[in-house]
Amino acid sequence: MTNNVSASATRRPDRAALVVAVVLALVAAVIVYSTATAHGGSTTRIGPGAFPYTISGCLFVLSVWTGIEAWRGDFPEREAQEFGPVIWIVGGLAAQMLLLNTVGFSIATGILFAATARGFGKRPLWKTIPIGIALSFVVWIIFAKGLQLSLPAGPLEHLI
Amino acid sequence: MDTFTLLAHGFLVALEPMNLFYALVGVTLGTAVGVLPGIGPALTVALLLPVTYKLDPAGSLIMFAGIYYGGMYGGSTTSILLNTPGESASIVTALEGNKMARAGRGGPALATAAIGSFVAGLIATLGLALIAPTIVKFALSFGPAEYFALMILAFMTVSAAFGDSTLRGLTALFLGLALGLVGIDLQTGQARLAFGIPDLLDGVEVTTLAVALFAIGETLSVAAARYGGDEKIEPVKGSVWMNREDWSRSWKPWLRGTIIGFPIGAMPAGGAEIGTFLSYSVEKQLAKKPEEFGHGAIEGVAGPEAANNASAAGTLVPLLTLGLPTTATAAIMLAGFQQFGLQPGPLLFATNPQIVWGLIASLLVANFMLLVLNLPMIGLWVRLLSIPRHWLYAGILVFATLGTIGANPSTFELGMLLAFGVMGYILRRFGYPIAPVVVGLILGPMAEQQLRRALAISQGDVTVLVGSPIAIILLVLAVCAVVVPLILRARGKGKVLSQLAANED
Repeated sequence: MTNNVSASATRRPDRAALVVAVVLALVAAVIVYSTATAHGGSTTRIGPGAFPYTISGCLFVLSVWTGIEAWRGDFPEREAQEFGPVIWIVGGLAAQMLLLNTVGFSIATGILFAATARGFGKRPLWKTIPIGIALSFVVWIIFAKGLQLSLPAGPLEHLI
Repeated sequence: MDTFTLLAHGFLVALEPMNLFYALVGVTLGTAVGVLPGIGPALTVALLLPVTYKLDPAGSLIMFAGIYYGGMYGGSTTSILLNTPGESASIVTALEGNKMARAGRGGPALATAAIGSFVAGLIATLGLALIAPTIVKFALSFGPAEYFALMILAFMTVSAAFGDSTLRGLTALFLGLALGLVGIDLQTGQARLAFGIPDLLDGVEVTTLAVALFAIGETLSVAAARYGGDEKIEPVKGSVWMNREDWSRSWKPWLRGTIIGFPIGAMPAGGAEIGTFLSYSVEKQLAKKPEEFGHGAIEGVAGPEAANNASAAGTLVPLLTLGLPTTATAAIMLAGFQQFGLQPGPLLFATNPQIVWGLIASLLVANFMLLVLNLPMIGLWVRLLSIPRHWLYAGILVFATLGTIGANPSTFELGMLLAFGVMGYILRRFGYPIAPVVVGLILGPMAEQQLRRALAISQGDVTVLVGSPIAIILLVLAVCAVVVPLILRARGKGKVLSQLAANED
């Protein structure tokens, strides 16, 4: 989603965009470090290091360029955001990730479903979690039984 | 064998009852998912990839063809009935189509979009069948140096040429290229950027990245936006059929849209948007009633919608003949091929003609099915549009994670999905385009292979990269793709380019 609102007359350094520039530089540094310390593999004329070094070099340049644009405030203006919903959804994804292999697909995904709905303002959780689990259970039956996809089973899935 | 014999063989594959069934499932699922607001064709294809995991290659690709065309159709329905287009290529359709729907002419708008898409899909797919063997013959003479130059050109057009910032396009591309480095180096067997984590040795999955960036990133940014939303679904009143005037005003835009859209899609230029905008302005200039534009002119739906579908078929030209994805959708389709160990490109036409031609034939079959299915099922699609947002996005995330879990049910893979999802949100927040990240991930390792192969053959002599006229032309075009937009933007003409942004598709 690009934001085409042009920057207003008062351009100030964009701190968040400066952070982006720093992150890009860090990514480039990690690639250089990791490539420089790698060993093993056979040596060829153009070894496994050439491409990573080129990419990290370009990322450094882009990082500096980003820094300049950020300093001049050239980045598109950003609308104010609410972070509550983001935390709910990220939390839901994290919960599913951690619970998946212990409680099975349906329960873990049901929690993700309810947390996402909560992020969009739908409550209460004691209603949405069962809905989510029921829906995920149906999805599990279709995909694990019908399409032979290997989805982790838990107590609920072992019932059938 | 000439093209038509090959195509006839393709139809023998496509018309097998099981394959017809796969195509039907594909178009139905593709349309149903594509209709959902906020889901473009790229995400449709990525979300539905797991459905095809357990099929044989031919059946899977046939279902894929249906999903792709169905997703394109679904998007136009969304943009006509709801003023938030499901895919950026449908923005133009929304301009006139939504106005028509408000004026109670939603039926004919949907009909001209559907029939226009059919006409364009038919002509463009036949164009694909006709042009492919020629390009394949040409491409067989390409060496690694030419392929490398071609990929550089694709990188630059996808990232830098369009969109509102060269810097952000290039940054997105290089992030994708950096992610493409992760894993075992194919030529020397050395692990790169794996940090000793076994899960990373296989590299980053294209589908994981695409689903995370598109589905999770989009969900997060919609949830975070303080947007009350006045999304109003326009009811379809009256007949869905077009009257005589509608027909006479539609058929020329369909054909013109096809002629504009197909070459743009077929060139490694990326994005269906350019064609739709061009078609819109052409129709506006040629219209007998230009005053209707902006108030629901049927030409403004017919032309761009045809251009949209023609260029979608056009993107399959570089994908199938050269193995070169120029859009995020094509990148995911390439991943779909690779899961069966198939590498699209000139050799695939020689080694697996039944798959390639079966796929092309099923595109035609899918196109026909959509025409038959779409108008009668409008009522169902409208009902899908009215799903409340909280259930819609909750469902999207269930299916987004389902794909990753189905491919690899590990905590680590889900962690990557989450991390890339957050990255997708941040990219959107700062106005970075998404497609170059996905294209960079899949094309980066391929470009590196070609580069090192070229240099191995030349024994390290880098002049081999500019050793042939074709390679030189391609590299010059690549430089132009970066420099010309920079100059245009510097001279204040960037508005047009940012309108042509190839973002979602």
